[in-house]
Amino acid sequence: MRRRGSPFTGVGVVLAKEAADYLSGARMWLLEALVFLTAIAAAYAAILSIRANIGESPFLFLRLLTMAQDPLPSFIALLGFLIPLVAIAIGFDAINGEFSRRTLSRVLAQPIYRDALLLGKFLAGLVALAIGLFSLWLLTIGLGLLLLGLAPNTQEMVRMLGFLVATIAYGGVWLAVAFLFSVVFRAPATAALAALGVWLLFSLFWSVVTPLVATLIAGPPEGILGPNLAYLQTAQTLDRISPNTLYAEIALALLQPATRALGPVLYSQVQGALLGAPLPVAQSFILVWPQITGLIAGMIVIFAIAYIVFQRQEIRA
Amino acid sequence: MPDEIVISAQGLTKRYGATIAVDHIDLDVRAGEIVGILGPNGSGKTTTILMLLGLTEPTEGRAEVAGFDPLRDPLEVKRRVGYLPDSVGFYDGLSARDNLAYTGRLAGLSRREIDQRFTEALERVGLPDVGRDRVATFSRGMRQRLGLAEVLMKRPSIAILDEPTATLDPHSTQEFLGMIRGLKADGTAVLLSSHHLDQVQSVCDRVALFNRGRIALWGSVTELAQRVLGGGYVIDVEARGDAVRNQLAAVPGVVRVQALGPELYRVDCERDLRAEIARRLAPSFDLLGIRFAEPSLNEVYTRYFDEVRDAA
Repeated sequence: MRRRGSPFTGVGVVLAKEAADYLSGARMWLLEALVFLTAIAAAYAAILSIRANIGESPFLFLRLLTMAQDPLPSFIALLGFLIPLVAIAIGFDAINGEFSRRTLSRVLAQPIYRDALLLGKFLAGLVALAIGLFSLWLLTIGLGLLLLGLAPNTQEMVRMLGFLVATIAYGGVWLAVAFLFSVVFRAPATAALAALGVWLLFSLFWSVVTPLVATLIAGPPEGILGPNLAYLQTAQTLDRISPNTLYAEIALALLQPATRALGPVLYSQVQGALLGAPLPVAQSFILVWPQITGLIAGMIVIFAIAYIVFQRQEIRA
Repeated sequence: MPDEIVISAQGLTKRYGATIAVDHIDLDVRAGEIVGILGPNGSGKTTTILMLLGLTEPTEGRAEVAGFDPLRDPLEVKRRVGYLPDSVGFYDGLSARDNLAYTGRLAGLSRREIDQRFTEALERVGLPDVGRDRVATFSRGMRQRLGLAEVLMKRPSIAILDEPTATLDPHSTQEFLGMIRGLKADGTAVLLSSHHLDQVQSVCDRVALFNRGRIALWGSVTELAQRVLGGGYVIDVEARGDAVRNQLAAVPGVVRVQALGPELYRVDCERDLRAEIARRLAPSFDLLGIRFAEPSLNEVYTRYFDEVRDAA
């Protein structure tokens, strides 16, 4: 039987309340402080290095984000590592927290569908994440302006903006993972551990797992006549299951404009190419379009699974 | 309208795989009526409430709440029903006002309506000065009152209260029962689930006794007593003398005699036997008093489940 009334009734109310909770909560403040400090430290260290070699690149602002200076990794490497943690911290107790506080049945006794509760909470998490990242983006540009004494050019701004959107989508994937576990597990600690386990798998172990599986599927990396192309393609496909890989590829193509390809390149393909010459912005976006849509699709699919699981649950708290 | 049926259920059933949580129940509740839902844990009370609220789908049967089908129009049903779950939870970090403003906004109330109704509701539940306090500082009793304030803010035509006094002290319980009577006075139908039989008896017009997913008994306490205790009339007799009990038991129409004290007897009768009892006892005994006793719901409940156990 078809239900009457919009499933989105109340989404705005839930979103406003939850976003306010996320943004004013001590947990969010601590995590944001951690991200801000480490990212700004990495950007500052990169600026010091760039100032010593100021004439080397026309994309100084992009180097600000990609350059690593010992002992700190690059700004984007830090973001790639810390954003999942922030997203998991936002979402791991989104639904099970309502169960344990015994607020779920009270809220769902109001004229809203549970669709609105889940979607409102997820969008609120995404908004909180986006506000944090946008602030960090502005702060980094401000720092660059102050210490480099140069303004970013249009191409750099567009690339950095694209990277910001990709970072939000990347955070969205981990937020969806955290939401899924918050729906599946009633204990918030179990949900947090499960989400962190998935994060560790993709952050640390996935690069170990993919060569083994690719070898099993496509044979050894080196064939009799040279590199085994089937192996390289299989390994890359498996690698791209990880959101970390997709995000790293987006960062590479958008923030290092000389990047012309993200997969194995045959000698015949680079004949006549001006190696080291930057690609136009539009070409870089075309290069990472599958990765960006992959992240967004991943986020939607994982959220949809969480949604289906939540719809099937009994509300008794 | 007092006789308007605001909740009706026909053959309402809920199965979880092979387990039947609610088994073809029929129920009707009128406007301004307080109906008690009783039964052991797992007898189907909460599942019934959730089905009436549209929070869980019935496997079979149909219900109508405030004129709407909870399965098809859950939003319309929830607009008209106030629900107080057992051990109600709040967002501890928020103030009482912010907690109720959130659910008020979800219920579609405007900011002005929320402000006005919040003040009124807090006063009515005896918490007029705590609006700005964080709920984390509230006792259990205060939380229950705040839960009732949330129900009142909605101005519902039906209030469903699930074990509302389970965590309250005796004084707060009495105050809370007074508030429930206040809902009835407003014309609100109340569905009250509770394990406290004396409380149910003191406020409810009718009672549904659940057992294994079915409504085993349904009616006023007097009607239930008639069916379970075998007599619709219970008379307390105060008399002094030997063998009073035997004399009482010999009166035609007496079903059972219990000695409640050295000179106090409770007599279950098929009809009003006060005059006959007086005539029988007066010549031989000192008759100190004779009056109707309210049949005890506790006794009905205990006897019913004793019989169920014996039958099993």
